[in-house]
Amino acid sequence: MELISALLVQSMQMLLVLAAAPLLTGFVRKVKARLLRRRGPPLIQPYRDMLRLLKKEVVVADNASWIFRVAPYVIFATTWVAAALVPTFATGLLFSWSADLIAIIALLASARFFLALAGMDVGTAFGGIGSSREVMIASLAEPAMLLIVFTMALVARSTQLSAVADVLSTSEVGLRVSLGMALLGLIIVAIAENGRIPVDNPATHLELTMVHEAMVLEYSGRHLAMIELAAAVKLLLYISLIGCIFVPWTLAEPDGSIAAHLAGFGFYLAKLAALGFLLAVFETAIAKMRVFRLPDFVGGALMLGLLGTLLLFVSRSL
Amino acid sequence: MTSVAFLLLCAAALLGVAVLAVACARAYAATPIVYGATLVITLAAAITSCATLVGLAAPAGLVLPIGLPWIGAHFRIDALAAFFLATVNVGGAAASLYALGYGQHEDEPHRVLPFFAAFLAGMNLVVLANDAFSYLLSWEFMSLASWALVIAHHHDPENRRAGFVYLIMAGIGTLALLLALGLLTGPDGNYTFEAIRAGTRTPLTAAIVLVLVLIGAGSKAGLVPLHAWLPLAHPAAPSHVSALMSGVMTKVAVYGFIRIVFDLAGSLPWWSGALVLAIGGLSAVLGVLQALMQDDTKRLLAYSTIENIGIVFIGLGLALAFRANGMEAAAALAMTAALLHVLNHSLFKSLLFFGAGAVLVATGERNMDRMGGLIHRMPVTSFLFLVGCTAISALPPLNGFVSEWLTFQAILLSPDLPQWALKVMVPAVGGLLALAAALAGATFVKTFGIAFLGRPRSNEAATAREVDRFSLAAMALVAMLCLITGIVPGYFVDAVTPITRQFTGGALPLQANLPWLTIMPAVVSGSSYNGLLVFLFIATSAMLAVWTIHRFASHAIRRGPAWDCGFPDASPLTQYSGSSFAQPVRRVFMARTSATHEEVTMPAPGDMQPARFSLVVSDPVWTWLYQPLAGAVEFASLHLNHLQFLTIRRYLSLVFFSLVALLLVLAIWS
Amino acid sequence: MGLGLTFDVAHLLAGGLVLVSFLMITQHRLYALLNAFALQAVLLSLSVAWQAYVQHAPHLYVTAFIALVFKAIIVPVGLHRIIQRLGIHREIETVIGSGTTMLVGMGLVALSMTVMLKVTPGADPLAREDLAFALSVVLLGLLMMVSRRNAVSQVVGFMSLENGLVLAAAGARGMPLVVEISVAFSVLIAFFVIGVFLFRIRERFDTVDVQALDRFRGERR
Repeated sequence: MELISALLVQSMQMLLVLAAAPLLTGFVRKVKARLLRRRGPPLIQPYRDMLRLLKKEVVVADNASWIFRVAPYVIFATTWVAAALVPTFATGLLFSWSADLIAIIALLASARFFLALAGMDVGTAFGGIGSSREVMIASLAEPAMLLIVFTMALVARSTQLSAVADVLSTSEVGLRVSLGMALLGLIIVAIAENGRIPVDNPATHLELTMVHEAMVLEYSGRHLAMIELAAAVKLLLYISLIGCIFVPWTLAEPDGSIAAHLAGFGFYLAKLAALGFLLAVFETAIAKMRVFRLPDFVGGALMLGLLGTLLLFVSRSL
Repeated sequence: MTSVAFLLLCAAALLGVAVLAVACARAYAATPIVYGATLVITLAAAITSCATLVGLAAPAGLVLPIGLPWIGAHFRIDALAAFFLATVNVGGAAASLYALGYGQHEDEPHRVLPFFAAFLAGMNLVVLANDAFSYLLSWEFMSLASWALVIAHHHDPENRRAGFVYLIMAGIGTLALLLALGLLTGPDGNYTFEAIRAGTRTPLTAAIVLVLVLIGAGSKAGLVPLHAWLPLAHPAAPSHVSALMSGVMTKVAVYGFIRIVFDLAGSLPWWSGALVLAIGGLSAVLGVLQALMQDDTKRLLAYSTIENIGIVFIGLGLALAFRANGMEAAAALAMTAALLHVLNHSLFKSLLFFGAGAVLVATGERNMDRMGGLIHRMPVTSFLFLVGCTAISALPPLNGFVSEWLTFQAILLSPDLPQWALKVMVPAVGGLLALAAALAGATFVKTFGIAFLGRPRSNEAATAREVDRFSLAAMALVAMLCLITGIVPGYFVDAVTPITRQFTGGALPLQANLPWLTIMPAVVSGSSYNGLLVFLFIATSAMLAVWTIHRFASHAIRRGPAWDCGFPDASPLTQYSGSSFAQPVRRVFMARTSATHEEVTMPAPGDMQPARFSLVVSDPVWTWLYQPLAGAVEFASLHLNHLQFLTIRRYLSLVFFSLVALLLVLAIWS
Repeated sequence: MGLGLTFDVAHLLAGGLVLVSFLMITQHRLYALLNAFALQAVLLSLSVAWQAYVQHAPHLYVTAFIALVFKAIIVPVGLHRIIQRLGIHREIETVIGSGTTMLVGMGLVALSMTVMLKVTPGADPLAREDLAFALSVVLLGLLMMVSRRNAVSQVVGFMSLENGLVLAAAGARGMPLVVEISVAFSVLIAFFVIGVFLFRIRERFDTVDVQALDRFRGERR
């Protein structure tokens, strides 16, 4: 019985991230549009876009190789698996022990690896520009993320996400300045990894400013749908991660009742809406940075992570 | 017959093959015969050492009546030796199989064949040796054999220079090891390792030994700043030898380090761990940064070896620090991580050098700016090379990730260390390790993306042909091993338990019994990783996505020209090149350092000359360490030159005074 | 109220001070620098007020109030005006790059943690950590003074250094009120004097880049 319910929660979770991700993207777009006093597309527009893309013919460049056609599925699969391992509304996911936070980061790194390769496959300058900038940003964001994970792991004495959420929801952790630094750093990393303003502009196709869009410029049809869905899932993943680590009290316990699960579900949606709203406000309030100012921005996250880890290393032995 | 006798026999057989190869190297069939023989011998040796490692054959020693007359040559195999012998011989077997095909393209086989077999024999003997004399002798034999392979293509002046630098560095390294072992044996001349182990020594001696071993074994392994020879020498050799040098010989150096520092030197103070950690972290980041800047595929791989050796030494440094503080379980975890990374790196680095060699055969190019689009011409090679790239970039579910994950877990145990310096240093080294991992991903996106993807940048790349079956088989074999170590790491963790128990006193709990082959170093509460499940999850969800798409979405596909922004017929040279791909990272991490020098010549308006951009990437270690050193030596030799023109009487007085001075020193000292 | 919360809030505020110090050494624009400085002063006054509450030491409330009024309001507003009148709200040059500055800053924090925690093993954890954070803030303020050329940002660095001193004093349960007030006033007077000097420098050399002053030192060249 326990196994069945655990399995149920796990599969619910997998479907939930898939179903909610485009909604979140639509929501952020809508809020941004309203903040600019535009009406904005309806909330379900991302779903419509994806369906339309699925129905369309795929145009593949002449010299595209199998990497180009396989990459969207690999990117989608690794991102989806990573997202399925982040507790959204309940802790104690059935398979959460199979990969810890470090592995989740590495899964996202796999997705990025293949995305960057796909960008270089056709052999145009755009793909190259996108890929080389992407790996530059990643080379700062990934270590920052790992150091943030160190901070969390030192508090929870485990890199397992469920364990981290469990420990952080108890009151004995208290207010730690390292956790504050980790939160700030995590937000910066999330912005950088998802290609949001000020790192990258998800709405633009202006050639010289784009990173993510430059890599996927050659994609169309169902391939593009896969990549867009993966990008939406990634955004959802990071927001769930922030919610799960820094607002862990609303997660349902593994042996909780159905009502507890439902409440956790409601809280989760509330968290998504709140953080999505904040993201939209932040994006509206700030301008995109020059590419070579990004190292200062993302490097800030690196320093925050290192400082947080350092403080914890020291204060744990007080 | 004990396993050590059998392995010695294998080494002797390899030496025999070397002699045979000298005799018949110019014969037509020499290449397949020699490589076939080395393949069979190394395979047998690999199986024997694996059996010894998992406990099917007992550790045993053997004394041969050769070498120094009054002690003989001692050989012994224990768990550590068995592990490294397995690594050496698996790498050797893969290289031999690869060379069955690759060696056919060799212009001067008589310069490669004898030394290849001798090199393999030398590496086996280093690991088997159980006394200081035969250890140093085999070490020097290994160095010389590999030196001969480095200058096999001696027509190229760059290779001659590489050989020269290598010879000097190998000489310095052996000298340092000689001094280290000399200090350990002490004045009584107890050459056997048993006697050394039983001896006692002052902390100062132990510290000097540590530094000397770091110089001796570290220069062979490629630790910064003694790595300067490595990016020159490894690419200069034929590719299967590069694979052996990078993938295997550096591991023999790691073996030397572990054997002397963990085993023979006895207990060391905590700062020895800090020293090794710092050097490891530095090597990891500087190595990968330099790797990312390279456009020569083989040199890039050589620099990436420096990075991976750095990661191994981070693990070893942690193990030393934990061991010095009596934290056995944590030391065992750190050492397991290091050993696993030794195995993993030898696998994927061999694979990548094989791939680079295949490209070299197919296009005659090592410069990736003249490649491109090879994925269409060499589909199998490029797939296998991609496996190697994902493995070395530490991406799950392949093997590179497992050992880096274990290293991270070991780092997370370090707040319990009592020393403040370590507390502050370890998170910084963790940051360096994370940085190195991310940059390694960038490096191999560049390698694969520039060399194999895009459009061909030269005629040779456009007309490349897939390589022969032996090469492909060797690559496929190693790629399979990469995948297997990645998805069932538990067995490999268990296999190295005897080693950690022997040298750190602790061991990780048995992993093979955990459900679904998870690995879970139980000293960190609850952190676990399961390569198999991650692999299955990725495969299932990718299949699910493919199935859904093909069931419900449109199947239509059309080939068309790539988006050209309205400027058709762009030359392939408009693609991103290797140095342009690395430019953002170069600008972020290496701006304002002396390592890169950019020069742009922009013609005046109206001038019809093309604008030119040139980039020189140099290794800062040359300008900061070696050139001042060489300058000092030159200065000294110039000023000592006049000693050459003295009269006999003055020479005699010089000798006399130095004799008296030495006697005085002796009198005061003791 | 348990010890947990006492410690947590103090820790959070003191850590926040260090964080804002980092923010300051990486700011390129003068206005942003001033805002960060004002934020630091607010945090300082909160931190001191919390100490007053915890230690039941009413005179610390006065310190907190002085910090709030002088450092969070008067000095930033004054400097704001000065910048406006000098017309130097452009980017400021740092002598070393921002990445290097941050790395050096990390090293300084690590150093002060190691030193402070090593020399005060017996003291109570709250005071130990406070002292460690305070030393970090002091060192970061010094770093700012040596890594900038612009006289205004050097002034800000100096004030932020002084913030660290106040933090240390408040945490160490000592420092009589008289000293407190005299320090505050000396800082204020230093601010006025420096302000006047800024204008004089500027009148004479057309810049507030302190490198311009070096030319007029005989021993330099």
